[in-house]
Amino acid sequence: MVLKELQSLTGHTGRVWNCSWNPKGSLLATSGEDTHIRLWGKEGDQWVTKTILSEGHTRTVRNVAWSACGNYIAAASFDGTVSIWDRKNGQFECNATLEGHENEVKAAAWAKSGNFLATCSRDKSVWVWDVDQDEDEYMCASVLQAHTQDVKRVKWHPLEDTLASCSYDNRLKLFKEDDDDWVCVSTLSSHDSSVWSFAFNNDGSRIASCSEDETIKIWQEFKPGNEQGIKTPGKDSAWKCVCTLSGYFSRPIYDIDWCAQSGFIVAAGGDNSIQVFKESDTSQDINAPEFEKVLTQSEAHSEDVNCVSWNPTERGLLASCSDDGDVKLWTLTDC
Amino acid sequence: MSAVKMSGSDRLENVNPQLFATLGDRARRDEDWDENVTDPFDSREVFDLIRDINDPEHPLTLEQLNVVELDKVQVDDHQNLVDVTFTPTIPHCSMATLIGLAIRVKLLRSLPPRFKVRVSITPGSHASEVAVNKQLADKERVAAALENAHLLNVVNQCLIKPTEE
Repeated sequence: MVLKELQSLTGHTGRVWNCSWNPKGSLLATSGEDTHIRLWGKEGDQWVTKTILSEGHTRTVRNVAWSACGNYIAAASFDGTVSIWDRKNGQFECNATLEGHENEVKAAAWAKSGNFLATCSRDKSVWVWDVDQDEDEYMCASVLQAHTQDVKRVKWHPLEDTLASCSYDNRLKLFKEDDDDWVCVSTLSSHDSSVWSFAFNNDGSRIASCSEDETIKIWQEFKPGNEQGIKTPGKDSAWKCVCTLSGYFSRPIYDIDWCAQSGFIVAAGGDNSIQVFKESDTSQDINAPEFEKVLTQSEAHSEDVNCVSWNPTERGLLASCSDDGDVKLWTLTDC
Repeated sequence: MSAVKMSGSDRLENVNPQLFATLGDRARRDEDWDENVTDPFDSREVFDLIRDINDPEHPLTLEQLNVVELDKVQVDDHQNLVDVTFTPTIPHCSMATLIGLAIRVKLLRSLPPRFKVRVSITPGSHASEVAVNKQLADKERVAAALENAHLLNVVNQCLIKPTEE
């Protein structure tokens, strides 16, 4: 297998922190140190800047999240706010700004159901917002103080209204709504340093996480009454680390994405490489799955790679972005 | 007295710091003047970038206080690695993170971006060494800190060269 570079997208000034595809896979949103959000789309064979969303933030835009319908963007900024952009009038416009976090907002994520938005911050909290998109209203439903340090990332389960977060406190946590309040239902401890990011697999039964400790961990969900006899806390699932991939990266791993179509896991970070992994064909035991490296793209960028993202509709199409200021598009090809 | 007070208290944390001898200028060699010779970065060159950083508390350089030393600077030009360990003057120094940040910023501004810089505390020399090292290694938090105008000003004060006499 080969990772072939399709195009390098230049335009941002300074470090690019984030790249994320809309649900149709037709637009790529990128953001960074220059406080702008750029939307890239295809014209002929080339990806070009379609729109620049500026004036939403006064500091770095760390993370950009698309709603499941593709009509909303939430942008998380070091200025402590989250801006909400929609295209009700044809073009993306900022129609709401969410305030409340005391410090840098590190990430945002929309629930697949469209009912909730989650944000997380260096102030150690995760906020869940009730969404009323018709009225452009966002009501804070819960402030979750479960982490003891800086919260790096939030993401929702692909099928359920279950929220996950990861933190500088080395842990991941899962949250669910319980009687009008949100509660932590699981804590995933095993990493030895900050957990920078994670990704669910297609059915949400597994999580792949990546860390400052230079490892990737695969976590398996065990539902109540599971065949393996893993004890569960009441009606909630238990999550166990079933695989650790170490020795592949020599620097912190800043992002990871699990392709829902192909099952390939892509990870990248401080050693400038992009690496792809998949579950081995011989892997059988749910308690101890085996994963193998498919390829390493050394020096994928000339500096740290901050984010990697699989296109949700075009199999094998990958976006990455870096401290070097570039965004790159790649295709994973069988050879 | 120091030009800038950063500890927030009127008392100096380390009232009477010990002074150390400093290295002189690097010895010049004939090939230093030859434009055709490529000189890789070495530990002396990186040390020269950070030795004159001002201590946040005293009107002294990090070299004079033995906070930085030549043999605690490791450079591998080929692998793009720079590793600096520094030694706070006292084990409870509240300015250890600030000193580490000043070293990071100085190297960030001076070295080509290909270098991966690690700045950490000399093992065993500080009570909160693990926490400080983790913070200095977290590039997201360093980036956010450098967008803070007050903190950036404090760091810049440490990096201003003392006026030549």
